[in-house]
Amino acid sequence: MSIASAASSATSSATGPAATPLVEIDKVTGGYGGSDILSDVELSMTADQIVVIIGPNGAGKSTLMKSVFGLVRIRQGHIRLDGEEITNLRPDLVVQKGVGYVPQERNVFPSMTVAENLEMGAFLRRDDFRPQMRRMYDLFPRLAERRDQLAGSMSGGERQMLAMARALMLEPRLLLLDEPTAGLSPLFIDQTFERIKEINSLGIGILMVEQNARQALAIADMGYVLATGRNRYTDTGANLLDNPEVAEMFLGG
Amino acid sequence: MDVVQLFVYGIVLGSILTLGAIGVSLIYGILRFAHFAQGDVAAFGAYIALSVVVASGLPALAALPVAMLAAAGLAILIDQTVYRRLRGASPVILLISSFGMALVIRSLIQLVWGPHNQTFASGIQIPYRVGGLVLKPDHLLIVAAAVALVVGLHLFLTRTRMGKAMRAMSDNMDLALVSGVPAERVVMVTWALAGALGAAAGVFLGMDTRLHPQMGWSVLLPVFAAAILGGIGKPYGAIAGGLVIGVAMEMSTMVIDPAYKPAVAFAIMVLVLVVRPQGIFAGKVL
Amino acid sequence: MDFLGLESYLVAMLTTVGIYAVLSLGLNVQFGLTGQINIGIAGFYAVGAYTAAILTTSESVHHLGGFGLPFVIGLAGAVLMSALIALPIGLVTIRLRSDYLAIATIGIAEIIRLVFKNEDWLSNGVRGIPGIERPLAGWLGTNAHVTLAVVLVVLAVVWWLCERARVSPWGRVLRAIRENEQGVTAAGKDVVRFRVQAFVVGAAIMGLGGALYAHVVGFISPEAFMPLHATFLVWVMLIAGGAGNNTGAIVGALIIWLVWSGTELVTGRLPPEFATQASSVRVLMIGVLLQVILIARPQGLLPERAPRAVGAARGRGK
Ligand SMILES: Nc1ncnc2c1ncn2[C@@H]1O[C@H](COP(=O)(O)OP(=O)(O)OP(=O)(O)O)[C@@H](O)[C@H]1O
Ligand SMILES: [Mg+2]
Repeated sequence: MSIASAASSATSSATGPAATPLVEIDKVTGGYGGSDILSDVELSMTADQIVVIIGPNGAGKSTLMKSVFGLVRIRQGHIRLDGEEITNLRPDLVVQKGVGYVPQERNVFPSMTVAENLEMGAFLRRDDFRPQMRRMYDLFPRLAERRDQLAGSMSGGERQMLAMARALMLEPRLLLLDEPTAGLSPLFIDQTFERIKEINSLGIGILMVEQNARQALAIADMGYVLATGRNRYTDTGANLLDNPEVAEMFLGG
Repeated sequence: MDVVQLFVYGIVLGSILTLGAIGVSLIYGILRFAHFAQGDVAAFGAYIALSVVVASGLPALAALPVAMLAAAGLAILIDQTVYRRLRGASPVILLISSFGMALVIRSLIQLVWGPHNQTFASGIQIPYRVGGLVLKPDHLLIVAAAVALVVGLHLFLTRTRMGKAMRAMSDNMDLALVSGVPAERVVMVTWALAGALGAAAGVFLGMDTRLHPQMGWSVLLPVFAAAILGGIGKPYGAIAGGLVIGVAMEMSTMVIDPAYKPAVAFAIMVLVLVVRPQGIFAGKVL
Repeated sequence: MDFLGLESYLVAMLTTVGIYAVLSLGLNVQFGLTGQINIGIAGFYAVGAYTAAILTTSESVHHLGGFGLPFVIGLAGAVLMSALIALPIGLVTIRLRSDYLAIATIGIAEIIRLVFKNEDWLSNGVRGIPGIERPLAGWLGTNAHVTLAVVLVVLAVVWWLCERARVSPWGRVLRAIRENEQGVTAAGKDVVRFRVQAFVVGAAIMGLGGALYAHVVGFISPEAFMPLHATFLVWVMLIAGGAGNNTGAIVGALIIWLVWSGTELVTGRLPPEFATQASSVRVLMIGVLLQVILIARPQGLLPERAPRAVGAARGRGK
């Protein structure tokens, strides 16, 4: 049984030649009310892909993630999910359409237990969420051991796992991850990327922002380099890693 | 008066303040503003109970559920008609609005029930005597009912979906929203709870002393003192805060004029604010 | 109503408006300029009134003093005493968040009221202090026009000082603190000191208003300083007129007093059995009016004319 039963159909439809992309960001311009942070940003991915966004601090990577989730005002352009318009849709409705989101910061409920965090992730489910909770405990055994511990008292790595598990509780078709390996030790980073591949192999599209760019691009189908709110480079993960300009400017030589 | 006796009175007053302070804390935890009309919502509940008592001849405690329902309704009504329109505004604006709302409710009370003192006329209370201690039946009822309500609230917050959603919202509002927690429904439940618990505080205060249109404004200061002492936004802290303030207010009458009881609550509050503004009982929010 | 009746009504009304306008200007220094919430206006107002009364009435066995001093000394004493009481309060509470300050000021006003109510030696308790002379009565007689003129002169002076303060570097720092406290701290200014100053200055102005009130009505008692009239009406006045705008504070006082008096026309039509409830109906109407203003026109009639209008009070607070 897959983690995301809803995703499997999307996966199969995406394999066809004329498949609609799972996410399509179409010339999006917008920001936080003041001046625009994003200018004409474009991005497209299918349901079986891992797509990685890299770029310097303040490039607008988090802002782009938030714009998919209705947390940023989009002034121009469109965002479509499986062909359906979700531009400026309210966050709780975006969740309902099958998008999970792990913010860069403050991504757990610190004074609630691990189990309660997962339960909050399943808030919109009307059916029994316990099977999915068990799957999450299988995927992240660490969380199973600590299910009654307060999230606020967990280590950074454990918190990232919890945040990811929380976002998966609704069995989304698309998972947005904003720097899932930030602040983790190398061992934990490797584990996290393994987990992400595993989640993707279950048919969930992954759109993530990463600072550990080399490692992230290594598992990415497509990579997007964003700078000052604009697309700079777009290519497969492997090609971006081989591109000397990208390596020099964005991968630390 | 006997120290132990005063302590008992302090626990009774403390139970009442606790219920009020929990309401203040719940609202603060979710909406992040100090609700100055909380005392007057409590007074409204007390007067509703009075009407039930007068109409039915039942004891005040039996009228409690009606009072709690009515006050919950009033709190939701205020929120939907006024505070909801100010959601985007700063806490300062909401605070001033609630100050005005306090006066609106008080005027309504005065209009409907009149400006004079009234009591629940519970007949003559035959006190129990335990050793040198005098225990009025009402006092026992108040403390027992307050404990029951607090336990009920605890179960609600830790066992139910809605209760957990409330804690989640107070813990991390943005994450709650992106998890699909329906903010406006949680807000409504918060008002209902704060109103109902406030009404209980009001009814108990009426049983303990008397009903008066100013009663809500008079308890506002000790109620906030209790909430702040416990760490505003933390209902569990409010329990300890309420008891400390209640006991301190009653015990202080051994050394100072009882007229200055509110000053005692105030002094403790200012001390806490200056020394440890996050409240003395560190603990989780909600 | 004949002309003389109308005229004396107008004179009395303008006198009252003048006193409220002074209070409103005091609140504007605290809230409009600095963003501090003072729900204890009644307390400082009472301190001013009692100070003036004790200083200027002739000697009495019923309360402290009176010292039989001139009117102007009474005013100065009232200003000084309110400032003196506000200073320690400010020093202790001003670092607090604005909502905590608001609660603290409720407590202060309540304690001040309890003191005047219970300390007979000081204030003659609930029986109050009678026989306070009209402003400058010994010199100009007890003429209502003189009283009005004195109030308006005081108001004009306070307004002028407040305007000067608003556009001065001091006022700009206060506004900057309100908008962005970290920024001001980063610029090397002593934020706490500026905030205490604003709080004390505002309280002193309220004390001045209290002194005027005592001289105008001639008799004061704790009843007059319940939170309602002083605190609530002044808040509605400032919000209606426009927080941050000194002229708005005065316009608000005038308009809200007219509305407040106008509500009497409504309550006057109520059936007689409601006669005792009239004041409740009036408060109710003003309370509803406040909500309408906050929702429909939170910037007031005359919005603040600073580069960024009342941003701190209106921007999304986080
Ligand atoms: N809530 C906000 N309100 C206003 N401006 C914001 C907000 N959040 C971010 N910004 C601004 O938007 C720009 C892009 O920020 P964003 O967080 O998207 O960058 P990022 O690429 O995710 O950077 P990092 O790698 O540091 O996470 C920055 O200039 C930032 O200051
Ligand atoms: Mg970011």
